Amino acid sequence: MIRSILADMTPDPAADRVVPPTGHTAWLTQFTAGVMAFLAVFALALSMAAGRLADRWEDALARTATIRISAPEDQMQVQTEAVLALLTTTPGIAEARALTDDEQRALLAPWFGPDLPLDELPIPRLIELTEEGEGYDSEGLRQRLAAEAPGAILDDHDRWRRPLAIAAGRLQALGLGAVVLILAATGAVISLAAKASLASNDQVIRVLRQIGARDTYIARAFVRRFTLRALSGAAAGTLAGLVVLWLMPSGGDAAGFLTGLGFEGFGWLWAWTLPLLSAAIAFAATRATAFAKLGTMR
Amino acid sequence: MIAFDNVAYSYGGGELLSDVSLSLAPGSFHFLTGPSGSGKSTLLKLCYAELLPTAGQISIFDRDARGLSRDDVARVRRRIGVVHQDCQFLDHLPVATNVTLPLAVTRRETSAEDLKDLLAWVGLSHLAGAMPPELSGGERQRAAVARAVIMSPDVLLADEPTGNLDWEMSVRLLTLLVELNRMGKTIVIATHDMNLIRTAKSQVAARVLRIKDRRVQLAGADL
Repeated sequence: MIRSILADMTPDPAADRVVPPTGHTAWLTQFTAGVMAFLAVFALALSMAAGRLADRWEDALARTATIRISAPEDQMQVQTEAVLALLTTTPGIAEARALTDDEQRALLAPWFGPDLPLDELPIPRLIELTEEGEGYDSEGLRQRLAAEAPGAILDDHDRWRRPLAIAAGRLQALGLGAVVLILAATGAVISLAAKASLASNDQVIRVLRQIGARDTYIARAFVRRFTLRALSGAAAGTLAGLVVLWLMPSGGDAAGFLTGLGFEGFGWLWAWTLPLLSAAIAFAATRATAFAKLGTMR
Repeated sequence: MIAFDNVAYSYGGGELLSDVSLSLAPGSFHFLTGPSGSGKSTLLKLCYAELLPTAGQISIFDRDARGLSRDDVARVRRRIGVVHQDCQFLDHLPVATNVTLPLAVTRRETSAEDLKDLLAWVGLSHLAGAMPPELSGGERQRAAVARAVIMSPDVLLADEPTGNLDWEMSVRLLTLLVELNRMGKTIVIATHDMNLIRTAKSQVAARVLRIKDRRVQLAGADL
């Protein structure tokens, strides 16, 4: 199989000359492969950014939890201390601390304004805890809280985390799906171009068969041509896409989802698989089209 | 080399050839004649497996034509040179490249000396670099003969090779084909030019096969 592919792609100027130059078809194929690769770069970047976002959310939310204590005012301090004491003896918890009044006020300020009279309102006390290692047993902790501090409720952020993770996962799948569709469209366009080229060279193919050329010899002339066009076009499109991504504003510390669109680390290498995939698809599409055409003649 | 056994060929619901039995012996020279549309070209195409019989059996180099794979067909055609009336060149390639094309597709080296001799033999030495559309009818036919024989085939089939040529050029082409026959090649020429057949009489022991009423008949004694 690999030997056959290498044979198909080995340069053979004499065989390549047998098929006449096709003018517009040549640069249209390259242009299409380039545009498709350009779009695929963005789809891939979107997918990878969504993946990173999901990981970030997952990590940030999964490593912390909140315990909310709703108790009468005279029991609030007792229950808070009981919960903190319980948390120090709970395996998997690195740190636990009660939020100060100022911190709670800051949390509520966006909804109630900065002058919130915290002392006069029955605001629950919040305890923030951070996991370590494998994390804690949330169900066991809930049972212990119910026994020792009936007003304490554990919120492990699961109800927030799950829909966010699902949404990010879907966005990631959507990006990958777009890459697949773009590559499929590349294959379809190249297949049509190859079909047109084979049809316009019908007489050439007949002459070659007539003088004893095997199907592989004839097909290779077309396969090499379209594969190299797809490779060069897609490489140019990928490069253009990467340059545009690189030029996008980073957003600094306040980077949001859109400003975080791009590749990180080895992600840049993943983008360079697009020209190779385009070439592989062009190879397969042209080969299938060529052999289908050759199969219609003796 | 090539043998037909009760061969029939139908096309579009009608039978074009029927009950054809013949054998092309090594080194033989045959003319195939008959009116236009009688099936001369079809019979030649059956000889090089471009078409398959709808009935009967064709043996090409001792192999059943129906049993040939596509690669086998390619290999068989390397042993059968074909000259068409329209020559069928690749017009974007020079004459020399067209002539050596059968070698190129089989990845064989072209000897510059052999090519020079071959082009000299067909009288086209000065046109090696010319493009096919620049050639006259006679030059094209001679180039087509050169391409057909460059692989040193066992059989050479010519389909109306003199159809577009004047008499002088037709005789010149016939002479080339007779020379090939003297080298031991089997020659079949499809033509309706009786003058050409009569002219061959003085040069070679040829047999004339006539297609009439879908059947192939031996037309008289050897010329």
